[in-house]
Amino acid sequence: MSKTVSIITENFGKYDPSSIDSYLSIGGFSAVKKALAMSSGEIIEMTKKAAVKGRGGAAYDTGRKWAQAASVQGDDKVVICNADEGEPCTFKDRSIISQDPFRLLEGMIIAGYTVGAKNGYIYLREEYRHLKPLLLNAIRESTEKGYLGDNILGSGFSFHIHLYSGAGAYVCGEGSTLIESIEGKSGRPRIKPPFIKECGLFQLPTLVNNVETLAIAATFIQHGVEEYLSHGTPDSPGTKIISLAGNVKNPGAYEIPFGLTLREIIYDIGGGIPDGHELKLFQLGGASGKVGDASILDTPYTYEALAKQGLVVGSGGILVVDDRTRVIDFVKSVQDFFIHESCGKCTPCREGNRQIAKIIDRFVDGNQHQDDLQTAERFANIMKNCAFCGLGETAQSTLLSAINHFPEEFGLEVAASEKH
Amino acid sequence: MKNIKIKIDNIDLVVPEGTTILEAAKKVNINIPHLCYHPDQAIKANCRLCVVEVAGSKKLTASCSSYVFEGMDVQTNTKKVRDMQKGILELILANHDQDCLKCLRNGNCELQSLCQRFNISKTNLVDTVDALPLDNTNPSLVRDSAKCVKCNRCVDACQKGQEVHVLTHSHRSIHYNIAPAYEMPLEETFCVFCGQCAAVCPVGAIVEKDDTAKVWDAIYDSDKHVIVQVAPAVRVALGDAFNLPKGSIVTGQMVAALRRLGFNHIFDTNFTADLTILEEGNELIKRVTEGGALPMITSCSPGWINFIEGRYDHLLDHLSTCKSPQQMFGALSKSYYAEKTGIDPKKIYTVSIMPCTAKKYEADRPEMVTNGVQEVDAVLTTRELARMIQSAGIDFTGLEEDQFDNPFGIGTGAGAIFGATGGVMEAALRTAYEVITGKGLPSLNFTEVRGLEGIKESTVHIDGLDLKVAVAHGLGNAKILLKQIDKGESPYHFIEVMACPGGCIGGGGQPIKSTMDVKQKRIDAIYQIDEDLPLRKSHKNPDVMRLYDEYLGEPLGHKSHELLHTHYHSRGMKYNFSELKK
Repeated sequence: MSKTVSIITENFGKYDPSSIDSYLSIGGFSAVKKALAMSSGEIIEMTKKAAVKGRGGAAYDTGRKWAQAASVQGDDKVVICNADEGEPCTFKDRSIISQDPFRLLEGMIIAGYTVGAKNGYIYLREEYRHLKPLLLNAIRESTEKGYLGDNILGSGFSFHIHLYSGAGAYVCGEGSTLIESIEGKSGRPRIKPPFIKECGLFQLPTLVNNVETLAIAATFIQHGVEEYLSHGTPDSPGTKIISLAGNVKNPGAYEIPFGLTLREIIYDIGGGIPDGHELKLFQLGGASGKVGDASILDTPYTYEALAKQGLVVGSGGILVVDDRTRVIDFVKSVQDFFIHESCGKCTPCREGNRQIAKIIDRFVDGNQHQDDLQTAERFANIMKNCAFCGLGETAQSTLLSAINHFPEEFGLEVAASEKH
Repeated sequence: MKNIKIKIDNIDLVVPEGTTILEAAKKVNINIPHLCYHPDQAIKANCRLCVVEVAGSKKLTASCSSYVFEGMDVQTNTKKVRDMQKGILELILANHDQDCLKCLRNGNCELQSLCQRFNISKTNLVDTVDALPLDNTNPSLVRDSAKCVKCNRCVDACQKGQEVHVLTHSHRSIHYNIAPAYEMPLEETFCVFCGQCAAVCPVGAIVEKDDTAKVWDAIYDSDKHVIVQVAPAVRVALGDAFNLPKGSIVTGQMVAALRRLGFNHIFDTNFTADLTILEEGNELIKRVTEGGALPMITSCSPGWINFIEGRYDHLLDHLSTCKSPQQMFGALSKSYYAEKTGIDPKKIYTVSIMPCTAKKYEADRPEMVTNGVQEVDAVLTTRELARMIQSAGIDFTGLEEDQFDNPFGIGTGAGAIFGATGGVMEAALRTAYEVITGKGLPSLNFTEVRGLEGIKESTVHIDGLDLKVAVAHGLGNAKILLKQIDKGESPYHFIEVMACPGGCIGGGGQPIKSTMDVKQKRIDAIYQIDEDLPLRKSHKNPDVMRLYDEYLGEPLGHKSHELLHTHYHSRGMKYNFSELKK
């Protein structure tokens, strides 16, 4: 376990998350106090220095995002905390909300202060409803103690946090869809432009950040960026909370420095594959991420090294699948997920998923037609290129990467030397 | 506004900032394929057929929703673009009922022409049409979800244009559908049957209920005396179906075609439009001078009546009690006309040609009965009439012009302009002014109430009274005026409401592709008809005056009340949501 670290997760288990007094006793809200003594520009500079890439999955530079949000004109802005952690095999946000809810609030207050927002919204996925009382309590206690609400700690800055629950749609993790959902509309993505940074929730300039991203912000404001930046690699500095699951002995959410290899993560932290089985494949970044095989286990877990292998950090999910599962069955489980979760708005995603699902079903049964693989690939590429939003664009990542890594499982004969 | 230099398919062009790629391409004669894009509607970007390659972008770009930027380099016709567009079409087709030969939109279907354009043949996809049951239980519209391509144009028309909010999307992914809430049939919803959804549908998923067979049967029934009336807006739109320039006035050919189809007499709804003005004008004068609910609101548009009866049923007193010109004609056909010709009303079969799908619903209303028989037996939309003419093999454009028959053959310019938004108001003002003052109007044209602005208003000075009037077209605009009345803030005496944008010339039963440009051309044609007529005031219609002399007595008289006026009732839409949720 020595390969894990405790930077973002430093408070986990150190205090009672249902009590602000407990949080204050370990130095809670010192990040907010520090931030309120800084200027917006100073915080943005610090955020840029920390080089945090958005942890929801899109990996957009947080400092840049905050700078843009701060520069948008408007005296009524909104910060949204995206807690719609919907990627299958992703539960690192849940670990933050359940073990350190106050730090999340601190991150939101700091973001709100930095960009000039008056209101913050936590969009909590419906499946996390058991965490709602904990968050509501944290909001209430923070307001009572003057860390939230009007004129926070006498600084003149006012910020209110509201909690919204989703209704169970995966696509609501996409920023504009999430906003539609808060507005009471069905969860379908919006056309851009207008961009949500200019015209988002209730037509107001809106900043959307992931739970982990906001928690990191509170962390480096509290301690400075040096400790955080002492971990990781030059191109992927810092740490990351991963969700390790599937066929590993020790599944769970772990904070790691960027740069460990996949092998270290799966075998040292995860304890390897149970019952003497072999690793068949792994999937990074949830259902919308791509799969890899055992031959690339020595790839370091960094943005740049994974990209070279065609993989993504994404949501930070690492799903391990051993040799008991056929690749095609795994692909089918992902396809079933997208058939359920596509919003249906655009043709490529709605009809593409419908058709590809039929083809995958034939593969599962061994009844595939001669052209099926070619047809599936063709329409998967149409989805990737033409879908309305990220869901449709990435829904076939699993299939396309599985064909690439396991051509033989799709009936393609490949000489061993050609593989990879 | 800033000008932006771009390149589309290696053609240099300069367009204003804020132009989409799709619109810019049109300017250099490139028609990027699309299904959900509609020039009069909000951008939807659902169908994704309009994708193009933009230099510097890894993915394809939807051209309908992407705005040009300086130096943009667009390719609309590369192999990648065409392959992807073709693939998207194949995906749509695989879940689309392909009974094209039996479809009302055969030959006039946007999906069909795209398939032709892309040379679609057999694909590797397995066709399975996943659809809701056919909704054909109302008199006006048929919804066939097996043909729906989910473009959302109908939803836009219903929600944004009309603010009726009946059509919406339900479920998600492969179960995504366009339907009323709880997938109820239209007649159990607040649907007003305006047919604006059918007018924008690119395919045959929403069409008028076809009543042509009924009318053919009546024509072939030797026992029936079949007469027909034609609404003012039909004559400026029917030509579209025969590829004539938009806004062509085809009154004479239309009458000739109807005669060839075998109708016994061909009459003009403009006549009863004039009659409506005499009744409604006098009703207004009475309400203003003797008291009554003000503002008074017109009642010619059945989509509008359905709307107020459904959503604003506490304001029904404001409606004029006049039946619509269609129903006034129907009532006279089964009374005055029957008596005059000595034909048993039961044997008279009255057909209307209307620009409107809601007219079918109106004719079906139980109160629209005179002498024990239904006043109007069948209503055909302009599109259905065009189909009958085509079906009979009549070469429409070559027909020699013919004239309407008596005694309902004369319509004044005031009746003619009923077809355009503001027309009823203008016609009423022409008559009200002269009836009240006894003086001739200095100018007949009330231009303030003309045109395509959503709400128009005017104040007319009549003998010391400042008559304040307003005109709304499109139910979203009507709603604004209703809310004023609700708050007690309406400054008006008289309001004209037409359910459809542009008025009847933009009706839901008009030839497909009635865009705003086309509507403007039809409006111009309507006012041309008015200008060209020797009689332009309803109270100068000699046959209308004869009708009063011979039969009705006087406007608002006993006979008029019996035949030409009606009452309204709440549609009583009370939903039991707990029941529905099951």
